[in-house]
Amino acid sequence: MLMLTCPHCGVTAEETEFAPGGQAHLKRQGPGSSDDDFEAYLFARANPRGVHLERWRHAFGCGKWFHAARCTVTLEVFGTYPARTAGPPAELRAAIAARRPGWPEGGR
Amino acid sequence: MSFRLGHGGRLIDRARPLGFSFDGRRMTGFAGDTLAAALLGAGETLMGRSFKYHRPRGAVAAGVEEPNALMGIGSGPQAEPNARATVVELAEGLEATSQNRWPNLALDIGQLTGLGARLMPAGFYYKTFIHPRAAWKHVFEPVIRRAAGLGRAPRGPDPDRYEQLYAFADVVVAGGGVAGLHAARLAAEAGRRVIVFEQAAHWGGRAPVEGEPVGGLPADAWVAAQLADLAARPNVTLRARATVFGLHDHGYLLAEERCGEGGGTGPRRRLWRVRAGLTVVACGAFERPLPFAGNDRPGVMLAAAVRDYLVNWAVAPGRAVAVVTGCDDAYRTAMALAGAGVRVPVVADLRPGGGGALAARARAMGLRVADGACIARVLGGRSVTGVVLAPADGDGSGGEEIACDAVAMSGGWSPAVHLWSQPGGGLAWDADRGLFRPDPARAPTGADGRPMAVAVGAAAGELALDAALADADRALRAVLGLPAGAPPVTAATAEAPPRTAAMLPARAGHRLRAKAFLDFQNDVKVSDIELAAREGYVSVEHAKRYTTLGMATDQGKLSNVAGIAVLAEARGTPVPEVGTTTFRPPFVPVTIGGLAGEASGPLFQPVRMTPLHGWHAARGAVWEPVGLWRRAYAYPATGERTADAVAREVLAVRGRVGLLDASTLGKILVRGPDAGRFLDMLYVGMMSTLPVGRCRYGVMCNEQGFVTDDGVVARLGSETFLCHTTTGGADRIHGWMEEWLQTEWWDWKVWTLNLTEQFAQIAVAGPKARVLLERLGGMDVSREAQPFMRWAEGRLSGIAARVFRISFSGELSFEIAVAASDGPALWERLMAEGADLGVTPYGTEAMHVLRAEKGYIIVGDETDGTVTPRDLGLERMIASGKADFIGRRGMERAHLVDPGRWRLVGLAAEDGAVLPEGAYAATDARNANGQRVTEGRVTSSYFSPTLKCGIALGLVRRGPERMGEVLAFPAAGGRVLKARIVEPVFHDKDGARLNG
Ligand SMILES: [Zn+2]
Repeated sequence: MLMLTCPHCGVTAEETEFAPGGQAHLKRQGPGSSDDDFEAYLFARANPRGVHLERWRHAFGCGKWFHAARCTVTLEVFGTYPARTAGPPAELRAAIAARRPGWPEGGR
Repeated sequence: MSFRLGHGGRLIDRARPLGFSFDGRRMTGFAGDTLAAALLGAGETLMGRSFKYHRPRGAVAAGVEEPNALMGIGSGPQAEPNARATVVELAEGLEATSQNRWPNLALDIGQLTGLGARLMPAGFYYKTFIHPRAAWKHVFEPVIRRAAGLGRAPRGPDPDRYEQLYAFADVVVAGGGVAGLHAARLAAEAGRRVIVFEQAAHWGGRAPVEGEPVGGLPADAWVAAQLADLAARPNVTLRARATVFGLHDHGYLLAEERCGEGGGTGPRRRLWRVRAGLTVVACGAFERPLPFAGNDRPGVMLAAAVRDYLVNWAVAPGRAVAVVTGCDDAYRTAMALAGAGVRVPVVADLRPGGGGALAARARAMGLRVADGACIARVLGGRSVTGVVLAPADGDGSGGEEIACDAVAMSGGWSPAVHLWSQPGGGLAWDADRGLFRPDPARAPTGADGRPMAVAVGAAAGELALDAALADADRALRAVLGLPAGAPPVTAATAEAPPRTAAMLPARAGHRLRAKAFLDFQNDVKVSDIELAAREGYVSVEHAKRYTTLGMATDQGKLSNVAGIAVLAEARGTPVPEVGTTTFRPPFVPVTIGGLAGEASGPLFQPVRMTPLHGWHAARGAVWEPVGLWRRAYAYPATGERTADAVAREVLAVRGRVGLLDASTLGKILVRGPDAGRFLDMLYVGMMSTLPVGRCRYGVMCNEQGFVTDDGVVARLGSETFLCHTTTGGADRIHGWMEEWLQTEWWDWKVWTLNLTEQFAQIAVAGPKARVLLERLGGMDVSREAQPFMRWAEGRLSGIAARVFRISFSGELSFEIAVAASDGPALWERLMAEGADLGVTPYGTEAMHVLRAEKGYIIVGDETDGTVTPRDLGLERMIASGKADFIGRRGMERAHLVDPGRWRLVGLAAEDGAVLPEGAYAATDARNANGQRVTEGRVTSSYFSPTLKCGIALGLVRRGPERMGEVLAFPAAGGRVLKARIVEPVFHDKDGARLNG
């Protein structure tokens, strides 16, 4: 059972306090999108063996959504960050790259 | 035959005899005995039957790794199956029952018929699966079900108490042997919060049994001194009888404490759920059996276990004990036996060069030691009568028969690496010691990516006392960042390298191999692993599943290395290339009661109650669970059937006035400058154009275009909306709103608040609803002042209320929301003022019938996650002018605009009967699999008290285009029910009743 820190309220809590929300930073495809793009948006998800950026919700806490950068192999959590961003902040990116050289290119 | 010595026994109190029973026979042991020790002390070596072959078995071990002596303890609802007699503490009146035998332990039909042996070769399960299904169903499964099964589950509710405890620690030490205690001492002195768990009732592990001094003190005294020191420290928690059975992600550690044993009070079991910064794996090591024919006979035991019984409980396994070993350690057993006056006719040492210093000491005592020798087979049936001594590298022919009534064996030691391996720690094969040990370079890692466990002492592969303490000292200082120090001084005895064996004697034929057991609990023999390898199951994980080696409670404790050695030999590869199987939690069996803790009965899960719950309960409501809520399903009067109550409630609403507790409906406040824009994205219809003071029904879809929720939206102000959701959808939809606001449209100025529990909501429905509200007084609820789909605020009977003119019954209806705390008062007022109007509380089932009579859908009944608004006839809800909303793109997909989709219709059974919910309509056509082609299904079905016949809603292929057609619904028993496709609105089709 993971431990995660909610970047909104600062609480570090057990996994059971959170609800997973799948891959982070999806690019929404709305009306006008091609069938292929829309299909990928609905169904194609990264399933990396290594660094993964995920949505979580502090469901039994403050209720806010946030993102976590986590290694799917070792379960190392490189960090959590607010959801209102298109990607991990620079310091976190640097921290991940330090732990997993080659990321994001080779590490994804 | 085993017996109790006249003196000694460091753990027993001979002044306190305890009576107990075994299979109904009265026996006596001593306080401090384990059940196994007491049985052996009473001369009882036969303790159980094996799982597959029902072979007679006795205790092999003296601890948690015991595979054979599994017993039922107690009777009635407190009975515990599969308890290992080697760890059950003897108590006055204890009832033990052997397992896997019929009619009794001594005479077992299963063994006489050879049932297991013939029916269950290696790979049995897989082979039978390949046979026709009928063979499995009619032959194998019934036989297995009768013959197999470990133990018997207790009947009746468990009267005992169990609890769970959360704890946090910088360092958890799993194992209170000398290495664990020294590690705990170092961590405690460094100021860390420390918890030490010891699975046994006694501390110190093996050291006090061996008797070597530690730190200048007798081992017992050193252990006592450590405990006294640790117990006095505020940052240390000590728990005996507590087994760490799982180490999981991010240092989540589980331990089960047996509080109820040893005269303890409190709960029977306590489950510790600990977040451990660092886990010190100090679980020691397990001795391995040796693979020779008959090594499973009662009386054949692990050498160190023999020593445990001798020293701890003054029990000897026999009058003459042959010893066979591949390592020096078993010489300690031989010498201890001899020292206690037990005859040791021979020590067979597999190693051609013999043992080291300990062997020399044994020889000096006058013991016969045979180098390069082994036991070729054990003589005897339910007990040992002798052994055949033969060269270890021969084929077992022409050996020397030696009379004895017990055997002590040692195949070397395996570190207890389970806790290290469970969370992913790597193992390394140590060829010198002949064991897999934790590889410090591949420690399991925690949330920060750094090691979260360290193995010390025997668990790290350091089997000798001095080396174990030195290892614990070095490892803890390193991990805690302490300066180098010195471990407690101990004597060192150099030991010669051990030898592992795949089979004894090495060139034995099949007959012997088929009687040499590797996994006693699962009855896996040397020949089984060889068969698996011959049939291509050469991967260790495949061989494990094919043969069941190391499965069940063994989890590789005794069988792992022995099985791997056989597989390695069969494959012709070295042991490290074979590798090990995965060690899975739990390390030892744990009780379901412990895992459940207090979560049973009313505490199984939280129950959500509306503010009116007490009133419903007092009226004898029948409950319906809806999510965690309990809703009143109906209110049967005394002697009234529930179905009659539902009909009465429906008719009351249609004819007079009814009250429904609608408090569970989700109520989410959405506010902000972009609130209208946001709701236009969330609902398929337009919400931004809704005038203040009005209500609008809304349908929500997911991105695929499938309906996920519905409800009425009320515009409370220019920037404020109140969104009603389904009862089950409130939390999900709130999370859904937040997800979009935070991950997609995070620049939109919208706030959401789930107010579901802040309000009590009461539906007042029926032709007399307006009269009733007017009697309460305070608000103008006339048709002119509050038309359909309007809301107003005011005071009803002095209670601040928001009144919505909305209807889920088709009748004139008001839903009144008041502060949760005002709910009961309002309800009571409505009941009192409406008494002469015939006001009737109605439950969720009447609500369902009422809405079905009107053809209103319920998300979850008419929808199942694959149904679109168009399928439900709700295309008029979809705002044509909106460029985008969640689900719009999804609805454009080819399959979702297919005119052949199943769409909502009403269904009327030709004979007026109630169709079964979920029934499928079938055509005469057949699909590629030969099955009838279906063309629709019943989604809701009720008896309508209003219409006095069955009514149903369903989804039917091109349904609305096929009005009047009759569909066939095949039903149980070969019957076919016929139903006509009709409009989904059964009652008041023009909606005249809405306005009362
Ligand atoms: Zn939070």
